[in-house]
Amino acid sequence: MTQPSASAGQPVWILGATSGMARGCAIELAKRGHPLYLSGRDDEELRRLALDLSVRYGVTVHHGEFDIEEIDSHADALKQVIETCGGLYGVVFAIGYLGDHLKAREEWREANAIIVRNFTGAVSVLGLAANHLEKQADGFIIGVTSVAADRGRQSNYPYGAPKAGLSAWLAGLRNRLAPTGVRVIEIKPGYVDTAMTYGLPGLFLVADPNDVGRDIVRALDKSRDVLYLPGFWRLIMLIIRSVPEPIFKKMKL
Amino acid sequence: MALAELQTQITGWGRYPLHPGRLNRPEKIRDLRLPESGGAIARGQGRAYGDAATPHDNELAVQTERLNRFLAWDPMAGLLTLEAGATLSEVIEFAAPRGFFPRVAPGTRLLSIGGAIAADVHGKNHHHMGSFGSHVSEIELTLASGETVVCSPREDAELFWATVGGMGLTGFIRQASIQLQPIDSVWVSARHYPCANLDEAFRIFEDPLRDDQHTVAWVDALASGPNLGRSVVMAGHHAVRDELPPHVADNALALKPKKERNFPLDLPAWALNPLSVKMFNALYYKTQAAKTAPFVCDIESFFFPLDAIGQWHRLYGKRGFAQFQCLIPRARAHEGVREILERAAKARKASFLSVLKRLGPGNPAPLSFPDDGYTLTLDLPYNDKLPAFLGELTDRLTSYGGRLYLAKDAFATPEQFRIGYPQFDQWLAVKQRVDPEWRIRSALSQRLGMEVGQ
Ligand SMILES: Cc1cc2nc3c(=O)[nH]c(=O)nc-3n(C[C@H](O)[C@H](O)[C@H](O)COP(=O)(O)OP(=O)(O)OC[C@H]3O[C@@H](n4cnc5c(N)ncnc54)[C@H](O)[C@@H]3O)c2cc1C
Repeated sequence: MTQPSASAGQPVWILGATSGMARGCAIELAKRGHPLYLSGRDDEELRRLALDLSVRYGVTVHHGEFDIEEIDSHADALKQVIETCGGLYGVVFAIGYLGDHLKAREEWREANAIIVRNFTGAVSVLGLAANHLEKQADGFIIGVTSVAADRGRQSNYPYGAPKAGLSAWLAGLRNRLAPTGVRVIEIKPGYVDTAMTYGLPGLFLVADPNDVGRDIVRALDKSRDVLYLPGFWRLIMLIIRSVPEPIFKKMKL
Repeated sequence: MALAELQTQITGWGRYPLHPGRLNRPEKIRDLRLPESGGAIARGQGRAYGDAATPHDNELAVQTERLNRFLAWDPMAGLLTLEAGATLSEVIEFAAPRGFFPRVAPGTRLLSIGGAIAADVHGKNHHHMGSFGSHVSEIELTLASGETVVCSPREDAELFWATVGGMGLTGFIRQASIQLQPIDSVWVSARHYPCANLDEAFRIFEDPLRDDQHTVAWVDALASGPNLGRSVVMAGHHAVRDELPPHVADNALALKPKKERNFPLDLPAWALNPLSVKMFNALYYKTQAAKTAPFVCDIESFFFPLDAIGQWHRLYGKRGFAQFQCLIPRARAHEGVREILERAAKARKASFLSVLKRLGPGNPAPLSFPDDGYTLTLDLPYNDKLPAFLGELTDRLTSYGGRLYLAKDAFATPEQFRIGYPQFDQWLAVKQRVDPEWRIRSALSQRLGMEVGQ
């Protein structure tokens, strides 16, 4: 069993809580004794996840609906979390929307939905949370981006680009908050075995979402600011980034 | 949005038979439902040996493994409500440190609660506790129509009992409330009784002084002649603190960390032959028979010895194997078990694992397997002669008024099934009510001719 850490008892807000990876995070945080606030669009699923965590690990788990695309609602959502939990110590941003890259070529609505859910919305809600944590000068923000942020490829650049934007934004935020002691961690997962990837042909090195979720939280115990999960993706992406553009642009990726 | 599907070959734990089919894997409870058209069957952990969790050719199996959330726990009543994709292993990890244990535990903990209900599984304590379904207080079911209903022994009892032992054919089990029993420790106080032959084994089983909460016999199915039925009866009960050595008594509810090793490869067909199995059995008999004094052992090795080696079915190679598990009513059990063992020994069918166990009275579920009598289990590697051999064996079995366990079977015919399960018509009436078009169907329901009128 995981030992409760020094920050046990401090509430954590999980955005996009119904994803497999987020569930893995929630389990690890609950084992460490953190009360949780789960946000997402699917109330029935949030309720079941909250029950599961509180039955199994005996922590207090709240939940509430949250729509990343409703930017105007973000301030109230944050207020709601802080009031319900009596404070806020950490935020895990696990919202990700792969979208349909072919549709995104034809329809701006789809392209924009991908941008809002992966970037603009994140900037809005994490920006608000960052201001709160900055004042309290303690806590953390974990943002889940993707290995797709590292290099644009024809098959998923509508998704990779906003994730790359978020990546740069988190780096800047980390720079700003460093003096306050608030940690900003970026997680770049590779392929994870979730509904997003289930049944896709030709996928390799698919990781278990519970393992990835657990390792996301374990990033708090380490000093690294940007983490590839599973770790070997760091090497893979190093290679992929180093392919010269004149060659890369001719590859079918 | 429709869930992504995986086109693949689907099979049970015995790896025979193999059917082309599609799999999907819902992560949200509302996606545990039928496709727009065509048939489907729910699939838990795929621990049924035969084709119970295998769809008709190219139809859909809905895997429940991600629907495993615990929803409520009442420690006063020992009642746990959970989604049906959760495994018994998860239940034990949750319950044991809190001083509780499933009332019924089959030989593996790597099965889902849905699978445990659908097959109405039994443990080593059936003669005292009955089967799994007898300790389920409520089931939430999604019917073929898409409607979700609740049933229990009080509320729509007919649907409840048709679902218990109903091999997934009445609906998709979403969640259930199961009754746990308090325990004092995660240890078992056990004792072995070596038996030179079948007569001795039956004598021990019937002797109330040797019986315990959990009693089962491992049988050397290759022993013949005067040694026929050579076996070791293993009896045990959940240890109370006084029975434990001091160093464990202090921490009596702490589970050992799990160490699972995977069986590394598919063995070639010749590896399991009468000689190698005979040698294994002789060695096993010698070591197990020696433990005549009471000893304390951990829950894992007492209840789930096979789980220590993941993927152990690879032992039987790529062609797979069959498990022949039958029930013979009490009055003719001794005679029937003798004949089956004789036939197996004579045919030199190398059964690696053979188990004999006394069962108690059954429950009201029309398709539930366990009932008053004895159950014998043989594991047999697949070869071309196996179907004919099992066909004969099953005919002999039915002549004793016996039946096969549907969660293990892959070979029985519609006639053999009907003789073994005389209450089928009662079950069918409920099926016709909740799924008249047989949208929920499996390779098993097709093979056994259950889909009458279709
Ligand atoms: C090593 C080993 C030891 C075993 N020992 C025993 C034993 O001692 N006693 C015993 O009784 N059995 C025993 N079994 C058999 C096993 O317990 C049953 O086959 C059980 O049904 C397997 O559960 P599963 O989750 O793997 O189900 P699967 O094999 O996936 O499915 C089995 C059946 O359950 C149905 N099902 C599964 N989930 C649902 C759901 N959510 N809703 C509706 N239907 C569902 C399927 O449709 C199918 O008909 C053993 C099996 C193994 C591999």
